[in-house]
Amino acid sequence: MTTSRPMIEVKALRKSFGTLTVLKDINFNVEAGGVVALLGPSGSGKSTLLRSINLLVVPDGGSIRVGQTTFAFGPSHKTPRSRELAAFRSRTGMVFQNFNLFPHMSVLQNVMEAPVYVRKLPRNEAQDLAMAQLEKVGLADRAYQVPQTLSGGQKQRVAIARALAMEPDVMLFDEATSALDPELVSEVLLTIQQLAADGMTMVIVTHEIPFARDVADRVVFMRDGVVVEEGPARQTIDDPHMEATRSFLSHFHKGRMPR
Amino acid sequence: MYEWDFSILFGYRWLFLQGLGITIAFTAAIVVGGIAIGLLAAICLLSRFAVLRAVSLGFIEVFRCTPILVQLIWFYYALPILVGIEMTPVTASLLALSCYGGSFYAEIIRGGIVSIDPGQQEAGAALGMTPALVMRRIILPQALRRMGPALMNQSILQFKNTSLVSVLAVPDLVYQGQMVAHDSFRPLETYTAIAVAYFVILFPLTVFVRRRERKLRVSA
Ligand SMILES: Nc1ncnc2c1ncn2[C@@H]1O[C@H](COP(=O)(O)OP(=O)(O)O)[C@@H](O)[C@H]1O
Ligand SMILES: [Mg+2]
Repeated sequence: MTTSRPMIEVKALRKSFGTLTVLKDINFNVEAGGVVALLGPSGSGKSTLLRSINLLVVPDGGSIRVGQTTFAFGPSHKTPRSRELAAFRSRTGMVFQNFNLFPHMSVLQNVMEAPVYVRKLPRNEAQDLAMAQLEKVGLADRAYQVPQTLSGGQKQRVAIARALAMEPDVMLFDEATSALDPELVSEVLLTIQQLAADGMTMVIVTHEIPFARDVADRVVFMRDGVVVEEGPARQTIDDPHMEATRSFLSHFHKGRMPR
Repeated sequence: MYEWDFSILFGYRWLFLQGLGITIAFTAAIVVGGIAIGLLAAICLLSRFAVLRAVSLGFIEVFRCTPILVQLIWFYYALPILVGIEMTPVTASLLALSCYGGSFYAEIIRGGIVSIDPGQQEAGAALGMTPALVMRRIILPQALRRMGPALMNQSILQFKNTSLVSVLAVPDLVYQGQMVAHDSFRPLETYTAIAVAYFVILFPLTVFVRRRERKLRVSA
């Protein structure tokens, strides 16, 4: 791989909800195998940006490319059809703050659901794949339980396995540890770190600054719908240039990633 | 003082059983038909297309706000004149009762669907499922489970509503009862027996529904 294109390319992205402009001309790239941490105060538009990348939110303007697929938005472009959207999303994994596991299915069925009904894999093949993903997040022994019996940390690891079972090109994490009790955070962060080590391309919205510093290659700081600063993770977190970044980071203890 | 004599009804037992069979079969058909219509109407109500929403709402309100007896008669006498197809009493009854039930099921099903956490829809969409697949595999199974008691209650009403088909001479339990009452000159015994039959079938069902409701509330 010499002159590879970035895996994710976000250009001039704009989004408003009614009169509220949430994203104003956002530009950034993620290299293949790269990990970008998206930081910023609450309400700055991080979730909206992340959800734009897999088109759970349809932007008003700009363009998004993930892998080979590009979508452009604006008055001169037609809104993508739901089949196109679904096909596109099947190649981006997303992990939510509230896990959003399917409560009417076992852990294994949660992970098998999309491989069977979206990728149309034969059931036994999907099951092997799902078991392998559960193995990876250390929960193969919980395959036949229902999600309600799991701890928050375990639920989130199942959600990660569920996304991985689609063998996505990229993974998006929206505050994956924010709903967890403090003692359950590290097991999820370690799972994400393992993915990074395996070379998964990822965009991670997080308030775990030491984790972002350790695991991300680059960080993107947002405030009020714009990118205020962007750069290599360690350097930018340790020595931010912009006042807005500095003041945001000052709310967090400087410390190491929890183990 | 009136002298009760139920033994006289024994001679009509086959007529009663036939009527009961028709009542039960009718109920099964209009519950299935009604839920299918209700599901379709509910999904239209939640559609992003305004036309579908309007049509569905119009349908629901027309059937909710007119008496079922009038609908039955209208389907049998008026509709054939308007669209020019003959209808047997059974077809007219099935259609009217299914539509009537459907208009109530629709509200129940719509309520069940919107009660499901939007995160479920998002999780399905994020996995690459189409909206229809998300509805079928993720939302409806959860919603139907939650709506179970309400759907059962409506179906209990439907069971009783079948008694109205007797006005179109569909030989259900009540219609056969009318025949027996005429024939035997024993209307008091006949209608008492019919009431008991309805009660014996429906009472255990209402107990079951109440128990399910309590169980759902505990697990929620
Ligand atoms: N679906 C929506 N409708 C209306 N406003 C929204 C919606 N989603 C987000 N917003 C608003 O957009 C702004 C940015 O939200 P969000 O992207 O969730 O920020 P963050 O994730 O950084 O906290 C907030 O003011 C929020 O209230
Ligand atoms: Mg957010």
